[in-house]
Amino acid sequence: MAGPRNISVSETSRPVLPRHAKLKYDETRKVWVILAPERVLAPDEIAVEVLQLCDGERNVGDVSDQLAAKYAAPREAILADVIVMLQDLADKGFLTEAREKTS
Amino acid sequence: MSDVLGNPTIPPDASDSLAVLEKSRSTAEAFGIPLAVLLEVTHRCPLQCPYCSNPVELDRSGKELTTEEWKKVLSELAEIGVLQVHFSGGEPTARKDLVELVKHASDVGLYTNLITSAVLLTRERLSELADAGLCHVQISFQGTEEGLADRVGGYRGGHHKKLEVAKWTRELDLPLTVNAVMHRQNLHQLPDIIQMSVDLDADRLEVANVQYYGWALKNRAALMPTVAQLDECTRIVEEAREQLKGRLTIDYVVPDYYALRPKKCMGGWGRQFFNISPAGKVLPCHAAESITGLDFESVRSNHSIAWIWQNSDAFNRYRGTGWMKEPCKSCEFREIDFGGCRCQAFALTGDAANTDPACALSPLHETIFKQAEREAEGETNRFIYRNFAGGTLESENGA
Repeated sequence: MAGPRNISVSETSRPVLPRHAKLKYDETRKVWVILAPERVLAPDEIAVEVLQLCDGERNVGDVSDQLAAKYAAPREAILADVIVMLQDLADKGFLTEAREKTS
Repeated sequence: MSDVLGNPTIPPDASDSLAVLEKSRSTAEAFGIPLAVLLEVTHRCPLQCPYCSNPVELDRSGKELTTEEWKKVLSELAEIGVLQVHFSGGEPTARKDLVELVKHASDVGLYTNLITSAVLLTRERLSELADAGLCHVQISFQGTEEGLADRVGGYRGGHHKKLEVAKWTRELDLPLTVNAVMHRQNLHQLPDIIQMSVDLDADRLEVANVQYYGWALKNRAALMPTVAQLDECTRIVEEAREQLKGRLTIDYVVPDYYALRPKKCMGGWGRQFFNISPAGKVLPCHAAESITGLDFESVRSNHSIAWIWQNSDAFNRYRGTGWMKEPCKSCEFREIDFGGCRCQAFALTGDAANTDPACALSPLHETIFKQAEREAEGETNRFIYRNFAGGTLESENGA
């Protein structure tokens, strides 16, 4: 079944795109898109970078660490932006949380 | 960065539900290939819904594209930049080769959506579709209670079967959309439909008020809601959207009969949508064949789909604003709604180039919509069921 609903994105969440949302590079239009039921979203470059890091293993804190290092930017500002972006995606129903490893 | 998902998630126009990547790219000349295409792979269907969006003149099975022809179409669509395909009908699962077609679509990189009545599906076949790469399932519901739902669909046992298939869909981890077509005789069930969608673990609900062309126009007197019903419907949807944020996405298609401004039908003729009929005609909208005097090109012709989209007469006839007459021609909203729906203009005025009577500026607006209002208050509840014979009137006792 799908992941939990009403996801609240925090530093410790490990978000991942659900099966029905596919991140893809559109060769025709030369843009990244998220394909979802009856929707095509156009994430900007930074969102694409965040989503590529959201592999279900890394948590939001890890993602922010990596981006902060890469762009030599303050981690707290990056973290806040990442959470806002992911929460927006979650509220639209295009983000799930990786399942806890139970075994 | 907060604007990352800025423009593209606007819910679609009233007539279709294909959201666009860049809705603001509206230069009159450049019509890029649509992101999503509707494939009506057959007109055969076990249901007989009186508001069916198929044309009254249905394509018989002998005219349907073959498996190989559909596969060629799918490859071509992927090649020219289409990203999503919707397998629809008729009832798409009536095609024996559906799994093969979905597999091929996935292989060429298309995002696949199945729009189904669900009544022909077995768990095994649904599982095969999932394995073939199906991304999303959309099941139509005619109500929440067996008596009414089966009567609207004209198919006994249908509602029960739909509930079963919806459960299988989620068990197979496929995302589910509940598609509820609303009209006077089932609008009172809307709160229950919302609850049913939550109970079925659907991600999306489409509350689609009937659009009155083709079969629905024949049945308008039995389907047209009252103004009070619609206001209540809008209130319920808005409240549920707020309550279910992050849990259930609700797309709301409002009927245009009581509006003062027409809908930007299909996002404008030939601007961001086409569909392919069972016989392979490339159409600017699924009702386009109801407009007589237009010649629609087929994928069986010598022309490529991209050529048909860009150059064919049918697509260019009502593109942009050059074809418009008054009051559209000088209207400040002409680039906003493109004069509404061409099929509705044709059905209600006899000329597709007239202003859609849904627009208050149409000279016919008042007459037609007063008539609809009277019909909504009327007692005519019997349906004319959709079938290949041109329709059958429901018997007095509703059988």
